[in-house]
Amino acid sequence: MPTWGTVTMRSSDTQRLLTSKAAPLSDFSLILRRLHVDGPLFLGLLLICGFGLFVLYSAVGESNRLLTNQVIRLGVAFIAMLIVAQLPPDFMRRWTPWGYLIGLVLLVLVLIKGDVGQGARRWLDIGIRFQPSEAMKLAVPMMAAWYLHDRQIPPKLGHLVTIAVMIIVPTLLIAKQPDLGTALLIAASGVIVIVLAGMSFKLFIGLGIAAIPGALVLWNFMQDYQKQRVLTLLNPDSDPLGAGYNIIQSKIAIGSGGLFGKGWTNGSQAQLEFLPERDTDFIFAVLGEEFGLLGVLTLVVLYMFVIGRGLYIAVQAQDTFSRLLAGSISLTFMVYVFVNTAMVTGLVPVVGVPLPLVSFGGTSMVTLMAGFGILMSIHSNRKLLPH
Amino acid sequence: MAALLSPIKDIRSERRLFLSRVILAAITSIVLLGIVVARLVQLQVVDHELFAEKSQGNRVRIEPVPPIRGLVFDRKGRVLAENLPAYQLELIPEQVDDIDDTLNRLAAINLIEVEDIPRFKELSRSGPRFKPVTLKFRLTEEEIANFAIQRPRFHGIDFQPRLVRHYPNGAEVAHAVGYVGALSTADLQRLDPAAYAGTSHTGKTGVESAFESDLHGDAGYRHLITNARGRQVPSDTSDLLNSLPADASSEPGANVYLSIDLDLQRIAYEAFDGRRGALVALDPWTGEILALVSAPAFDPNLFAVGMTTSQYRELQDDPDRPLFNRASRGAYPPGSTIKPMLALAAIETGATNLTRKNLCRGYFQLPGDEHRYRDWKPEGHGPVDLHDAIEQSCDVYFYEVSRDIGIDAMHDYLDRFGLGTKTGIDTGGEHAGLVPSREWKKNNFRNRDDQRWYHGETVIASIGQGYMLATPLQLASAVGALATRGQRFRPHIVAAVEDGLTAERRIVQPERLPDVEISNDIYWEYVLGAMHDVMQGSRGTARAVGLGAPYEMAGKSGTAQVVSIAQDQKYDEAELEERQRDHALFIAFAPFDNPRIAVALIVENGESGSGVAAPIAKSIMDAYLGYGDDAQ
Repeated sequence: MPTWGTVTMRSSDTQRLLTSKAAPLSDFSLILRRLHVDGPLFLGLLLICGFGLFVLYSAVGESNRLLTNQVIRLGVAFIAMLIVAQLPPDFMRRWTPWGYLIGLVLLVLVLIKGDVGQGARRWLDIGIRFQPSEAMKLAVPMMAAWYLHDRQIPPKLGHLVTIAVMIIVPTLLIAKQPDLGTALLIAASGVIVIVLAGMSFKLFIGLGIAAIPGALVLWNFMQDYQKQRVLTLLNPDSDPLGAGYNIIQSKIAIGSGGLFGKGWTNGSQAQLEFLPERDTDFIFAVLGEEFGLLGVLTLVVLYMFVIGRGLYIAVQAQDTFSRLLAGSISLTFMVYVFVNTAMVTGLVPVVGVPLPLVSFGGTSMVTLMAGFGILMSIHSNRKLLPH
Repeated sequence: MAALLSPIKDIRSERRLFLSRVILAAITSIVLLGIVVARLVQLQVVDHELFAEKSQGNRVRIEPVPPIRGLVFDRKGRVLAENLPAYQLELIPEQVDDIDDTLNRLAAINLIEVEDIPRFKELSRSGPRFKPVTLKFRLTEEEIANFAIQRPRFHGIDFQPRLVRHYPNGAEVAHAVGYVGALSTADLQRLDPAAYAGTSHTGKTGVESAFESDLHGDAGYRHLITNARGRQVPSDTSDLLNSLPADASSEPGANVYLSIDLDLQRIAYEAFDGRRGALVALDPWTGEILALVSAPAFDPNLFAVGMTTSQYRELQDDPDRPLFNRASRGAYPPGSTIKPMLALAAIETGATNLTRKNLCRGYFQLPGDEHRYRDWKPEGHGPVDLHDAIEQSCDVYFYEVSRDIGIDAMHDYLDRFGLGTKTGIDTGGEHAGLVPSREWKKNNFRNRDDQRWYHGETVIASIGQGYMLATPLQLASAVGALATRGQRFRPHIVAAVEDGLTAERRIVQPERLPDVEISNDIYWEYVLGAMHDVMQGSRGTARAVGLGAPYEMAGKSGTAQVVSIAQDQKYDEAELEERQRDHALFIAFAPFDNPRIAVALIVENGESGSGVAAPIAKSIMDAYLGYGDDAQ
């Protein structure tokens, strides 16, 4: 009951704001409301992207061309977010199984006749070139949430097994490309749905222990370079010029940044190309070198704000599908942030996960922003008076 | 409870469960991101200094800036050693699309050797992609012109200038100036590694070696910002340079002015005309060396540019030993050239006087000994005094007085003229020669019988044979002392050293050595007069050379046996190998009254001092005094 009351009160606040015509800000809020845009989430995303562009400009060697490129991608991603925000959650839920099935078919197609890039088969060219695995980042948690929507919460064991299959099939297909990073993240997004749905922790821990032999099987499936990444993490200094080079140089970059950094575009590690993949996976190190602890903390706080807002939207959501999906999208975003920052600071293996909204690159950004579009749709389509 | 029984969900409990899971997830998120933040604090605050240092070490490289080597000039300011830009052929791996094809095509136009291609391929692969690989060290002008036309066909191949030591006069001054060669491991142990960090060559012999510290200059250094691949970052595009320490520019080496006269040097070298020998000419009043020639010589440029192993072996194995500096390292029996000095010793010790005549019958025998010490003139010179003995180079006269002088007094007087000890020439690298004495023999032989000094040894020492050895440099210094009537100056080849930056000159002052003290000046005039008559007297051994000259001169010939000839065996040059023929020596100075040049030379296996060596001495004096072919 107290939870319910809080929601009502908050909703009333929003309404009061909407009816008020005194403040000019309210006009803006009204526009956002009509567009199904959540103001705080939108603001948080804008700040991250703006800050990100600033860092990226330095990371791409002050290239206006590449910066413009990224701005255009961001624009496309924001438009995708706006479009998705207009789709009601019920509509999305109805279409979820079809989307999931089409995704699976596309993943199989990729393995059969996909384009090869950097030693992996990830791209599919059907009129436009895209990575089906990106679509699965959303389709898998949606499918899990769709399945649980009409079923009992917490889920029964049989249901869990069904969902596990739904998660594992695309995960293995993507791992086979091979794209281990994406596969793990997609698996995580599905697992998050089950955990949020109330799966018992005993079962969770039990499965975790049971996963150890599974991990060993996975180890055998892994490509040499993937194994190397794991081994290098354990002792990066063992191979300072080979696989450990990335982590060592990234730690030097961040560490030498100190409290306040070396200044924008003055990071010697980044600018003199000691830092590998400085504009993509390792852009966090550029931030750490040039803006110091102050800079990285600012970005982490912005990320936490967005994650927090996402979880708030999940808590406010009014049906099982929306709740689970909103929670999964927000927490998967957190996993992205954690994996990338932990990787760049040498805490976890280098798995090739970009820093969300900041790293150079298009496809993943569109998926991310579409996910935030779903959050906005869920939040803006609440029935204000549940009584 | 109803929820468990019906398919209708318990919305409240589901929300409560979800909220608790979200709170748990939020806490997990905060913990995970908190770990990252803690890690960032560790890296950026706790270990900051360590990483700051590593980052600095990553990018700053100190590169030495080699100094420009000083030049070497002759006494008239003509260049003897300079630095010339030479073009070398380079390949930049990252700019070449197909290295195999490019190398094959270079070989096709004869710029590189086919057998070198695998080595170049290996070099292109092993180094950084931007670092040039040198394919050929010195391109001829023809090769440059040839390549320039074809250059568009060879992307990534270019010729680059570098400074190479160049000796414009080649072999003519090779032994005087010396040469530079690539730094060896031994050189690197001897030299200051910091000063030579950017230097590729160092002086190996002659002036180049002895004045290395003047010629080399001071190395500078500069700090470079380099990127991850070691490539230098252009300074104008980076603010990163501001934090660097100051650079130090290099200071050029000093220019060295030699007392050598290139004209004399050339005339002397050409006079040897392929024969083996050496000549030293000097100014008797200063010790300045006007010419120092060792023939045959070699092209010092080969060492500066670098030669193949086979080229070097060829020089090393040449029976004429072109690399050997005969002028200062070659020790030869001085033969009769020491007679003027021994004449002074004989007078001073009372072994003879200015008028005493002895009868020369063509040979000399020690009392109670059958051995005949023969004169060069088998029939003998007849009655001769000391003057005649010098003028006609009568051996028997000196055999006879040698007993009364004694070997120790002979040693003493020759020593005063500087024979038997190093002259201390500024380029170093000389042989001390040898003037025997009883003490020397005692100290240098093991066998007790050998340690004894025999009279016969005194006899042959009196004509500069036996154990006695002298270098052409020592003989030049000695004849200088005769010319000045006893004043001696240390021979030196460097006249002045000029600072490379300020052009301030340090003139090398003549170093006076102890005089040769002779009790009466008349003795000087007597002996020198006899030397004058050697060249310009009616019976002088070298009158064929000296008579009719427009100036007065003095000299003394010498002919030294290379192998001893057995008793009663007629000297037959036809039977002897060319290399066993007598060495021809000559010492001279001119003008007679006011000597300005003193010369000593040897022509190995030249047979006749007066016939072969004397004309060379005269041509040098002619040239120096302005009577040469060029002066007319």
